[in-house]
Amino acid sequence: MKQQNYMKLEFPSRSVNEAFARSAVAAFAAQLDPTLEELGDIRTAVSEAVTNCIVHAYPDTLGRVSLRARILDGGVLEITVKDTGCGMADPDKARQPMFTTGGPERSGMGFTIMESFMDKLRVRSAPGRGTTVTMQRRIRRRGSGG
Amino acid sequence: MDVTGICKDGTLTVHLEGELDHHAARGAMREIGRLIDENLPRSCCLELSGLQFMDSSGIAVVLSAWRHMQRLGGTACISGAPKQAARVLCMAGVPALVPGIEME
Repeated sequence: MKQQNYMKLEFPSRSVNEAFARSAVAAFAAQLDPTLEELGDIRTAVSEAVTNCIVHAYPDTLGRVSLRARILDGGVLEITVKDTGCGMADPDKARQPMFTTGGPERSGMGFTIMESFMDKLRVRSAPGRGTTVTMQRRIRRRGSGG
Repeated sequence: MDVTGICKDGTLTVHLEGELDHHAARGAMREIGRLIDENLPRSCCLELSGLQFMDSSGIAVVLSAWRHMQRLGGTACISGAPKQAARVLCMAGVPALVPGIEME
C-alpha cells in the first residue's frame, strides 16, 4: 500500500508521555475524519502499546520509544511503536488475555485490546533487542460530503 | 486525574475525572483505597462519567476497588461509564464481577 503521509516521534519511556503519544496520534489521524469511536479505539491501542514499552521493555531504566504513524492508500492508518528494551522470547504468550508479568497494577489485557480495537496487529520481538508493534486500522469514509 | 469521594448512608461514591491510564492508575488506586478505609462503606460506587479516557490500566483500578470491598464484606458497582471505557471494561469481563456497566 502506498504511503500518503507520515509522522515520527521519539520520547523517553516516562509514563507522562502515554497521554502525549495517544494525543499526537489522534491529532495526526484527524485528517482521515474518523468518528469519535474510531478515534477512541486508536487512542486506546496507542496507549496500550506505549504503556507496554514503559512497563515491560524498560522496567528499571529509561529508554527510547519510537512511534511512527502512516496514512496508507484506502484510508488505512498504520501505527508502529518500537523500543530497544528487554524484548520477549515468546510474543504469542504475551498476547494471551490476562497474561501479565506486570503485577497487580496490570490487567494483562493490553494486546487483547490492541487486537480488538485495530484491524491488524503484528508483534516482533527478540530478547535483549526490543519489540516492535505494528497496528493498522482502516478509517471509513463518511457521508456524501466526505 | 481527579479522585473524589462522598460517603452517605453506607455508600461511598467515588468520582473519577480526567484520563485514567497507567500514569494515573497507581495514584487513583491508592486514593480509592484510602477513601474505602476511611469510610468503611457497605458499598462503593465508582462514578466514571467524568472520564475522558480509560485504557486497560482502568481494569486493574476497578478490580482493586472490587477486591478491597470483597475483603470488607461489601459490594462494588460502576455507574456512568462512557462508551470507550465501557468497551475496555467489557473486554476484560469486568461486568461479570462488578455490575453497572451499560453498553449502548
